[in-house]
Amino acid sequence: MKRVVITGAGTINALGQSVRETMEAMREGRCGIGPLDIRDVDRLTVQIGAQVKGYHEQDRFNRQQIALYDRFTQFALIAATEAISQAGLEFQGELSQRAGVVMGTSGGGLTTQDENYRAVYEEGKNRVHPFVIPKLMNNAAASHISMQFNLQGPSFTVATACASSNHAMGQAFAMIRSGMADAMVTGGTESMLCFGGVKAWEGLRVMSKEACRPFSATRNGMVQGEGAGMFVFEELEHAKARGAEILAEVIGFAMSSDAADIVMPSKKGAARAIAGALKDGRIDPGEVGYINAHGTGTAANDKTECAAVADVFGHHANDLMISSTKSMHGHLIGGTGAVELLACVMALRDGIIAPTIGYEEPDPECALDVVPNEAREAHVDVVLSNAFAFGGLNAVLALRRYAA
Amino acid sequence: MTDSVKDKVIRIIAEQAMLEPSDIEMTQSLQDIGIDSLGLVESIFAIEEEFDIQVPFNANEPEASEFDISSVAAIVGAVEGLVAAQKS
Repeated sequence: MKRVVITGAGTINALGQSVRETMEAMREGRCGIGPLDIRDVDRLTVQIGAQVKGYHEQDRFNRQQIALYDRFTQFALIAATEAISQAGLEFQGELSQRAGVVMGTSGGGLTTQDENYRAVYEEGKNRVHPFVIPKLMNNAAASHISMQFNLQGPSFTVATACASSNHAMGQAFAMIRSGMADAMVTGGTESMLCFGGVKAWEGLRVMSKEACRPFSATRNGMVQGEGAGMFVFEELEHAKARGAEILAEVIGFAMSSDAADIVMPSKKGAARAIAGALKDGRIDPGEVGYINAHGTGTAANDKTECAAVADVFGHHANDLMISSTKSMHGHLIGGTGAVELLACVMALRDGIIAPTIGYEEPDPECALDVVPNEAREAHVDVVLSNAFAFGGLNAVLALRRYAA
Repeated sequence: MTDSVKDKVIRIIAEQAMLEPSDIEMTQSLQDIGIDSLGLVESIFAIEEEFDIQVPFNANEPEASEFDISSVAAIVGAVEGLVAAQKS
């Protein structure tokens, strides 16, 4: 089996418009959540979110591109450009056919749908722009990345709600490990912060109106975010041969399905995914120093996740750190695991553990070291990133510090 | 004085091709101007919006459409016809 390393990372999210800005915000425990600035916000019950601020599409793309790129595609292209530029790869000749894109997204071009439904239903228009379909389709972001960077190999989009980007990166990992591809551009993107997107989430009554406080006894729900995280996964020998800087090694991945309930998570399903990733990466549980939690800030997730971690790790659960960076960048749904993988890379490479901010009071049912409020310096060798989606679909990635 | 149908159509085509209206010649085809199939569909949408008309055009078989797109002049003529038909 081939070994797989990360040689490039890129992002745009509420904490920053690059990896550097985002990691800096995570180190400082900065909060990207604030009042939503979207049309008809006064008709929403939930009026906060982690929006990408100070972003103007005209500064990044030309008119023709904007006609084709929904906000979720724009975010994905920006993040992919940063990741590929850091990796220093040029996709030409055989490499271009041995490289592809696996993208995670849940809502796809939801903003485009929202705007056009508004036009035909609310404003009574009978004609829509001809690019509505190519703009809203879930695979648009993956396709535009493949077109822009000449990625001619296996490319597709994965949609498993909140686990989409972990499932996507897991596929990219498996494809390189098996020898099917030499390099993959992978991650996730989401842009659901439009009136219809937030209104739909309100219906479930799981959203907080104040803040995202994972694991805190005072938590009262999740807060939505938006943005993208993209990585270049590359076969180890391929990366070494060209002297690429290696950010971390991807060593394990597992998926499981609760097969139980469409919204309530199951401890067993989560535990099977965590244990599966350890087994897949031949990881001794005692080696795991940090877990980037799914940590949505809902009662159901946080208790279940902590119980699953306690089940898998036993006594070691008390020695490892587990934080939820959703407290800062919000829940990016299909893009969330990708932005959260940045916290994992930062832990391994820089020895800084991103905190769970907004933490007020311990919850006996979440009695783990959740790195409350302030980042911590620590040397960790192996980290996990959890994602547990609505629909009971779980995906856990394991990364190891890379030592040449 | 308001722009004629011809001026408006030329402005739409020029904008799509990212050219000045003065660069567009009536005898040119859209291909000559550098407008591809997606650009054509977008131009037709812009024409429909501008004149509030329905352009009978099917991208599956552009040649068989009633709407003549063989040159700028043909498009202008077709749009003038549609606008006149709408008024009558």
